[in-house]
Amino acid sequence: MSVVEQTGGQRAAKARKPMRLFRNPMAKIASIPMILTAMVVFVGGTLWTVVHSFTDSRLLPRLNWVGLDQYERLWDTPRWLISISNLALYGVCSLVLTLTIGFVLAALLDRKIRFESAFRTIFLYPFALSFVVTGIAWQWILNPDFGLQSLVQGWGWESFAFDPLNDPDTVMFGLLIAGIWQGSGLIMCIMLAGLRGIDEDIWKAARVDGIGTVKTYIRIIIPMMRPVFITALVLIASGIIKLYDLVVAQTNGGPGISSEVPAKYVIEYMFRAQNLGQGFAASTMMLVSVIIILIPWAYLEFGGKKNG
Amino acid sequence: MADLTMTGPRGPKPKKRFSRANIFLYGTLIVVSMYYLLPLYVMVVTSLKGMPEIRMGNVFGPPLEITFEPWVKAWSEACTGVNCDGLSRGFWNSVQILIPSVVLSIAIASVNGYALSNWKFKGSEVFFTILILGAFIPYQTMIYPIVILLREIGLMGDLGGLVLVHTIFGMPILTLLFRNYFASVPEELFKAARVDGAGFWRIYFQIMLPMALPIFVVAIILQVTGIWNDFLFGVIYTKPATYPMTVQLNNIVNSVQGIKEYNVNMAATLLTGLVPLVIYFASGKLFVRGIAAGAVKG
Amino acid sequence: MSYSVEIKQLDLSFGAVKVLRNLDLNINEGEFLVLLGSSGCGKSTLLNCIAGLLEVTDGQIFIKGKNVTWAEPSERGIGMVFQSYALYPQMTVKGNLSFGLKNARLPKDEIEARVARAAEILQIGPLLDRKPGALSGGQRQRVAIGRALVRDVDVFLFDEPLSNLDAKLRVDLRVELKRLHNQLKNTMIYVTHDQVEAMTLADRIAVMKGGAIMQLGSPDEIYNKPRNLYVADFIGSPSMNFLEGHLEAGVFKVDDMAMPMTGYEFAAPQTADRPAVIGIRPEHIVTGELVRNAPLQYHVDVDLVEPMGSDTLVYAKLGDHLFRIRMDGQATVKAGQTIEIGIDPSRASLFDKATEDRL
Repeated sequence: MSVVEQTGGQRAAKARKPMRLFRNPMAKIASIPMILTAMVVFVGGTLWTVVHSFTDSRLLPRLNWVGLDQYERLWDTPRWLISISNLALYGVCSLVLTLTIGFVLAALLDRKIRFESAFRTIFLYPFALSFVVTGIAWQWILNPDFGLQSLVQGWGWESFAFDPLNDPDTVMFGLLIAGIWQGSGLIMCIMLAGLRGIDEDIWKAARVDGIGTVKTYIRIIIPMMRPVFITALVLIASGIIKLYDLVVAQTNGGPGISSEVPAKYVIEYMFRAQNLGQGFAASTMMLVSVIIILIPWAYLEFGGKKNG
Repeated sequence: MADLTMTGPRGPKPKKRFSRANIFLYGTLIVVSMYYLLPLYVMVVTSLKGMPEIRMGNVFGPPLEITFEPWVKAWSEACTGVNCDGLSRGFWNSVQILIPSVVLSIAIASVNGYALSNWKFKGSEVFFTILILGAFIPYQTMIYPIVILLREIGLMGDLGGLVLVHTIFGMPILTLLFRNYFASVPEELFKAARVDGAGFWRIYFQIMLPMALPIFVVAIILQVTGIWNDFLFGVIYTKPATYPMTVQLNNIVNSVQGIKEYNVNMAATLLTGLVPLVIYFASGKLFVRGIAAGAVKG
Repeated sequence: MSYSVEIKQLDLSFGAVKVLRNLDLNINEGEFLVLLGSSGCGKSTLLNCIAGLLEVTDGQIFIKGKNVTWAEPSERGIGMVFQSYALYPQMTVKGNLSFGLKNARLPKDEIEARVARAAEILQIGPLLDRKPGALSGGQRQRVAIGRALVRDVDVFLFDEPLSNLDAKLRVDLRVELKRLHNQLKNTMIYVTHDQVEAMTLADRIAVMKGGAIMQLGSPDEIYNKPRNLYVADFIGSPSMNFLEGHLEAGVFKVDDMAMPMTGYEFAAPQTADRPAVIGIRPEHIVTGELVRNAPLQYHVDVDLVEPMGSDTLVYAKLGDHLFRIRMDGQATVKAGQTIEIGIDPSRASLFDKATEDRL
């Protein structure tokens, strides 16, 4: 009797095993916005742009293939070349300076000082401000007639000249001053968190071994903070590629086209010059450069972990 | 033998408050602080001066005669193109964009994060990885497809469209934030609730949500500053009547026609920066936690 | 005879890793069954499968004769007590107890009545309005049990509920748990890696390893008649002494010693001679006066002495083999001394060296 019942039960169990797709349906329904965003906007949108970069779309997108024409034209356009070299210059300087300033400030704040939180608040507040506000503020300070230059000249040093925003050769440094002002506080915060994460015994051991403070930082602490530096690096790098608002607000690409950047090139070709194909090709180049930066990082970060 | 000249008492050094190292340390910090504070100071003093005084003096001098005229003008009279009703319109636009964007993006991302950490299903990690990688894709490659998308659903140029865009681009970081938080909640709590017969939404609302309040505050700070400060999406997905404050500010300050009224410009700039600054100074440590959380993985 | 919980040919794999292999287990009505094993043996996994918190790959689970293999946790008639107790931190004790009942949409007065009854049984009436954060460890355990109790479940599942606590509290709560089982008489399945908990609480113990049950039996059987080398080694502290040798015609031979296995109950009639392992518990080796009565007597050289208060652990050399001997706490042996020991082969365990199974 009981045997019969049990086999019956087993058959019923097999029949009741739910289909994979319909198990915890709510979680799947709730994830629809995420899935749509990931697949439609991020994957779909990016592919769409890449595909259309091989067309001659102008005012409206259309699938009239022209091969690599848009890319050839792009790399023949002086404005794009200037944008790229500007971004490279800004990028390298911003990376080096932001990392250095961020780390030095964090190290200074980590010396068990008074008013630490006051200093930290001061270094970080610009990060709460938008690039538009940042750009306009520094545009005013660097104004040759009223700002820093006129102040120093007013002290009697008549020949003093500091007018980066109106000089094609130095305009990128004018942007750099503002960019670092805005972003270095964040890096300082990350570095400070990294420093706080280091075991205090390391410092004691270094002191027992008679290693000086600066030497301890360079030889022991910085190598230990490698993951923090990598995070900071990725953060700064992804910020640099997005560089747009600051330029629009502070120089609007001027004087002339001497402070143009790729992100601005893309927007202007898409929405003002009505040359969508150019915009798509330029944005695809931006994507390619991000991938080039990202792959070694991903390899270091995730490939290394698997091996170790 | 330079040491001889400096002979002092032997034995353990008394703690010196003004040691050379300390003077160097605080000196450096104070000088650097001035670099960081300078723009704020200059903006404030400029915005309180009249135009004649600005033309005469330097930007760093304190105002001889304090006037709030520029603030009033910036708020209600400054011109962008043909419109001369000041920044107030941009402010209210920004508020109308901000509130639904923050609510919607956090609501969606928190449910995402909860589903991803407690209700994993086949493919959920793949979608999540794509979402996170999406945070690294330059916006420029996705901007135009979204224009088409918004046109299709009739939201192009509308505040609703911009809300949608902010929700989409806020999703990677917020989902990561919530996923990591919910993953740190003991799994046993979730199991206990399931044994008690609670389903997806009941566990979310009655168990997870009440525990996640701090992370919601972090997410709100992150989103309020991020969305308020946005310029790119505002410029692309809205039209002049619906421009957010940052776009309007840029148009006021960088318009080519007319005489430049620097004091009004600075007042306008300060007004635009006021919301995130208030958030920053009011939230203190939570702001740092927010950006640190945002920085964990990009 | 109906079982409370029946598990039939249960398989569970995570990708290529098999966590549970073809596992069968029947648990009697009102039984206190302990799943014992070291970490990674699959004991918690099995418990989670019974609870419905993990989906099985193959096999069936019956509770009270009903096939619940694919049922929701709340539909299985089980209550679960977790290692961390997993009390909902933002709810009061009352809220914790009634959460499951509210989910089941029970009428309000029914909920009140059940909560009151559970609070009375567990003596937590005065705590009902407190939050879990304000409770002591013992009170938390009672609330966690109460959460299962109010739902009127057939089977209580415990997932290492005592392992987060300090030693003294653990003993107290263990006693309380045993008392509670005597009072409630529910079926209880209890996962632990602590053999003392297992021995003291269980009606039966299932010793697990690598996703399979090594031995299922009463604490007495597990301790005295371990079915294989693994169980023998795992149970008992300090652990069993093992000597590798040869079994020839009922005599265990190692080096030049011969131990006639007089009085030893062989699991099956012995047919062939074979390499074998003998296991002798440190506490089954006698010293002093008692040696006279032991069937086998040897002289050993004391190597090291560890006094532990209640008893003394002596490391001594029998030939080339280091032996652990448990002696009285007042024993006055010293390293370097030679002492006499006695062994009773009927209390030893013999294992086939190749299969590691009990002979």
